[in-house]
Parts: sequence; C-alpha cells; structure tokens
Amino acid sequence: MTILVLIEGEAGTVKQPSRSALAAAARLGGNVHGLVVGSRADAEAAARLPGLSEVLHAELAHILAEPVADLIVGLAGDYSHVLAAATASGKNILPRAAALLDVQPISDVTEVMDEETFVRPIYAGNALARVRSADAKKLLTIRAASFDPVPATGGAAPIRAVPIAESAGSAFVSAEIAHSERPELTAARIIVSGGRGMANAENFHLLDKLADKLGAAVGASRAAVDAGYAPNDFQVGQTGKIVAPELYIAIGISGAIQHLAGMKDSKVIVAINKDPDAPIFQVADYGLVADLFTAVPALDEALANAP
Amino acid sequence: MKILVCVKRVVDYNVKVRVRADHTDVETNGVKMSMNPFDEIAVEEAIRLKERGLASEIVALSIGPAACAETLRTALAMGADRGILVEMPHSPEPLAVAKLVRAVAEREQPGLIILGKQAIDDDMNATGQMLAALLGWPQGTFASRLEIVESAAKVTREIDGGLETLRLSLPAIITTDLRLNEPRYASLPNIMKARKKPIDTLTPQALDVDVAPRLTLLSVTEPPTRKAGVKVDSVEELVAKLKREAKVI
Repeated sequence: MTILVLIEGEAGTVKQPSRSALAAAARLGGNVHGLVVGSRADAEAAARLPGLSEVLHAELAHILAEPVADLIVGLAGDYSHVLAAATASGKNILPRAAALLDVQPISDVTEVMDEETFVRPIYAGNALARVRSADAKKLLTIRAASFDPVPATGGAAPIRAVPIAESAGSAFVSAEIAHSERPELTAARIIVSGGRGMANAENFHLLDKLADKLGAAVGASRAAVDAGYAPNDFQVGQTGKIVAPELYIAIGISGAIQHLAGMKDSKVIVAINKDPDAPIFQVADYGLVADLFTAVPALDEALANAP
Repeated sequence: MKILVCVKRVVDYNVKVRVRADHTDVETNGVKMSMNPFDEIAVEEAIRLKERGLASEIVALSIGPAACAETLRTALAMGADRGILVEMPHSPEPLAVAKLVRAVAEREQPGLIILGKQAIDDDMNATGQMLAALLGWPQGTFASRLEIVESAAKVTREIDGGLETLRLSLPAIITTDLRLNEPRYASLPNIMKARKKPIDTLTPQALDVDVAPRLTLLSVTEPPTRKAGVKVDSVEELVAKLKREAKVI
C-alpha cells in the first residue's frame, strides 16, 4: 500500500496543514510519497519531512486545479490513497482528480478508522458521519485541526521531477495576498477573533494590539467579514477556516452554529460579549459579560501588567 | 448564452439538526427545508448576468425527491426561466450528482454552469469540481466576483491568504462563495408568475447515469459537546485564570 500526499509549499517551507495531512497518512500506514507542485525550494522542504520515501516535484509558477488534477490522475495508478489537506487549494484540486478517476472523494476527514473507513463532520459539525468507501482508490482531504502535524524536519527523501502540462482552459491573472507577520490562522497557538460587535473596520484593528501581545493570529466571524470589517481569509466557521488552537478568544461574536463549527475544538475558549445570553457563552470555558470597547483595552493593559 | 444553475434542497440554515436515536442519520422528518444558501447565490449571479444582457436563458436544475420541485419554484420565483427536476428517492453523492448534471448539460449545452461551493448538509464541497472534471471544463471555485469578458469568465476566488483572479475560457464551471452577491427575495407577483413556468422531470435511468453510492454511511453520532464554563467578573480575573488555571498564556 502506497499513499500519495499532495504537499503545499510556500517560500521554501511546507504549510502546516500539509504536515497534518502527513500525520493522517501515517495513521493509514504503508509507504508515503509526497507530491509538490511549485518551486524546487518547496520540494526540498518537503524532502526534509519525516516519513516520506520519495518526493515527486512538478514545477509550476501558479497552481491551477486543471493541470494538477491531471497530474494526480497520471500518477494515481501507483497509489491506494491520495490525500490533501482540506485547504482552499486541496479542496479545489482533489475532487477534480477524484471525478477523473471515477472515485467519490471524502472531504474533511477528522479521523482515520482503517484504510477504508473515515469519520467526517456533516451539518456544520453538528453530527459526525462514519463512512466506508467502496472505491478501489480513496481520495481524501484531511481536516488539519484534527491531526497534530508531523515535524518539519527529520527526513531526507529523494526528489524525482515529474512533468506537468500547461493548463488549457484556465489562466492565472493576479492575486492579492495579505502579508502578515502574525502566525497563520490554521497554525496559530492563540487566535483572537472579532465579530459584528467590533462595529467597523477601524475598530477591528483594536484586536491587532492584543494579538501581537499574545503572539496570536486574528480571525473573524462571517458577520464581520460580510460587513467588510475584516478580509475574507480571516473567516472562521463552517465555510471558512476550521481552527483548533490552544486558546481562542471570541470578541463581540454571538456564536452562530456556523461559527462554532469552525472553532469549537479549540482547547480553551474565551468569550467577551455584552449580551449575557449570546450562544457563544455556551461553549466558552471563560465568559466575560462586558462591553468589548472597555474590555479589550483593559485586557491589553492587564496582560502587560500581569505577573 | 444559456446558464445552468444547480439548486439543492437542504435542511434550513437556521435549524440545529439532531442525530437520530438509532444513529443511522440526522433527523430530517418535520424539519424546515430550504434552498442551499450557496445555491441561492448561484441563482442570483445567473439572474444578474441575464439582467446585464450577458445571458439569454437561466435553467435551474435540482436532483432528489419530488419535493425538490419546491426548491426549483423558489429559483423560478427569483428569476430563473425554467426548471429541470431529476427525480430520485434520495439526494445522491456528489459523484453521481456531477454525472447527472453532466448528462443534463450535454442536452442543454449551457455556456456557464453555476453551483454553490458546498451544500450545508453534507459539507462536501466537491460537486462543482467533479462536474468540471467530467465535462473537461475549467473551474472557478469559491468565487467572490465574476465578470464575463469576450467569451471568457474572469473570476476572483477566495483562497488561503487572500484572493486570486483567473481567466477561464467558456464554457466553464463557477462555484459560489459567500461574498459573490446578496440574493434577492422573490416578490409576490414573481412567486405567482413562477407557478406558470415549466418544470421538466427526468430520471437517472432516462439520463442513463449510474447513481449507485460509493460510500456506506455506517453511523452518525453527536460530536462531543462542550460544557459551558464559568463567567468571570473582570478582565483581571480572566487573565489570572488563563495564566494559573488554564495555563495557556
């Protein structure tokens, strides 16, 4: 049994969700190969991951679903399972490859029971489905928050170049990627997240100071993103990012089920909200009923002064 | 250009689903059903393209039990021109859905197919990508902006870290993200008019599509529930607890 894991790189590093996908592959057992579509430096970073016996590398400036899915289909004959992290990129590519292989993919796997049985959340995480696949190959996306990532180093896998075709129907035009010194949402140990209660985009920046003090990432509820207070990639929830940090601080977030779906596996949850009946308090370990515009500056100060 | 939009009938967004006592599935009897919210965005986007003169006809497609006709009526009341129901007892898996939509697309020859990026029941986020693969068309998933320029679709996508814009040759597949538009409510006169719009009914057999499931649902269980914790009275108490009790800062 050999497993292929699609590994996402960035500037000569491997993204943390891909290291979680490797942890899921390790649960399946067997030989594991990595596939990196991107730069040589990204492939070299993947080769240093523990547990890989080979890294396949295809050079492509911009990752597009069509050629990467075709590449996976071309390679798939050698593999029993093909895994990707359930990131925007993994979700874009893997189902396309699955359809070409006549396989029903299994999205957002949170638990590997055996080589054909998996657990995945449905209905915004309000239920967990245990499913068995009858397909000859299994194509899975892995929910990163459910698997502790493998370390970034410890291995020395050989790299083999594989050819990739240019995309015929789709072309990259441009990207607007926000660069931040803060940790990525899906990799952060602490997340400070704001909701509609932040009231406007300017106020939303109140969270920056707090996040920097804690070494935290900044997240947002859908309401805050829809209202334009925060960019789309901040969104935590059923249709945004799924996170499980050590500490999640929800500020001015009421706690719609769709938001809870994205953060309720956090180890410790803090909620600050002026509405004592806000549903967020039902999942919070520590709740503070307070106006966030006084509580957030006070929290900044208390963190600076705390022994 | 003809646009095909796919609409799924799902448990309403505001319903908190319950797992059945026998753990075979979630309870859907007596629960309010609605159009999948991402599919409402798909219908709205199609209507806006038609209003701008970029589309000639909007065909709404739903797959599942006869009650999916209600979901099609909603799409028709919003502004779709006609409906197609592929009737079958259950809502099939994404692979089977993609095969059925492909079969309908081969009959209808749309220039664009718009779908929600995911259904809020199974949360699979797969059908659009799979349909694009089966048709051999380019895909613009998780779209937050769509323009049609010179027989191509310029689509801005929500990706990790920000936004990406792609140019897709037509025909193409678009899947909608939340920020693409805000769907309209159907007006009463349009609801009345929608009753007269045609809905054709097809079957998987008529389309010659194998819809046998690949996945067996072994069990459905409740996720571990979190217990509500404690309320603290001040920011100082909160910081003290996070440091000494939870030990997370």
